[in-house]
Amino acid sequence: MNALPLFLTVFAACLVEAVEALTIVLAAGLTRQWRSTLQGMAVALVVLAGITAGIGPALTQVPLGALRLVVGGLLAAFGLQWLRKAILRFSGHKDRHDEASAYAREVAAAQAVAAGRRGVVSDWYAFTLAFKGVLLEGLEVVFIVITFGDTQRDLGVAALAAAVAVAVVTVTGVAVRAPLARVPENAMKFSVGVMLTAFGTFWGSQGAGARWPGGDAALLVLVPVIALVSLGYGVTLRRSRAAADAASPVPAVAPGSVPSAAVPPGEAVR
Amino acid sequence: MARLRSFGAFWYDFVIGDDWRGGAAVAAALVLTAVLVHSQGINAWWLLPASVLAALGWSLRHATARKP
Repeated sequence: MNALPLFLTVFAACLVEAVEALTIVLAAGLTRQWRSTLQGMAVALVVLAGITAGIGPALTQVPLGALRLVVGGLLAAFGLQWLRKAILRFSGHKDRHDEASAYAREVAAAQAVAAGRRGVVSDWYAFTLAFKGVLLEGLEVVFIVITFGDTQRDLGVAALAAAVAVAVVTVTGVAVRAPLARVPENAMKFSVGVMLTAFGTFWGSQGAGARWPGGDAALLVLVPVIALVSLGYGVTLRRSRAAADAASPVPAVAPGSVPSAAVPPGEAVR
Repeated sequence: MARLRSFGAFWYDFVIGDDWRGGAAVAAALVLTAVLVHSQGINAWWLLPASVLAALGWSLRHATARKP
């Protein structure tokens, strides 16, 4: 397979996760203290780099068939999660991930806690908030980098795509000093969900012993088919939701406009 | 024990997420594909994508079903 689809898929997935991590880091840094926030972020990045460096090369020793079976299955299940969430948000059955309201919730939570020193960390709350946010979002990035990179035997390209995505978001975040609310996160999540599901399905079937008609070219059919069927699900659900709302005496929440108060604190991390 | 449980819960949530149907369908389809290929000689490349799309529809239907 060409390295470009690998690069673009990992880049898009990592961009989404990096935007979510940036929201948490900004909330901690701007309302608490930058020094402790950057310490938390740095420790999380070191942990993530260690996981990638430890697990990534080790998995290249696993026979390709077995690796594709396991990784394909995990990726397909993982991709289905992203697709499901994106379709539910598109159709108005789940609130859209709004970086502005997620940021407001994190700021409110951060302002309510007093500063406390632990060792070299002067603000423990800011440190743990940044550490947890970057680690949790980063674990998804690591999972995608390792699975895509190892299965394609091209860990370098996958790691490069992730690094470029993180760099783009970091530079943009530093420049605007605000959560990147204009990034079309749901559309990106949908696209990445399609790619993860398609690649997972492709590799999983190969790992189970099946041979795809046309070899790698089957992906050129598989990706649009999964995208179209998923889009069909989304449009159908959106229409049925609109029809149900029109028939209901009490107006339900319009697609994509669920009030932020309905989202529990911490949801911003996911 | 509690830490082990929370560790398991974290990974379950990470891979399976809000709905187990997708993961279960993928696992079952992979097993069935391997059985068909290796014991029956059927090149069942179509089974996993069909199962994945059906599971997505099943999961969405379950998530959007209105409670009486």
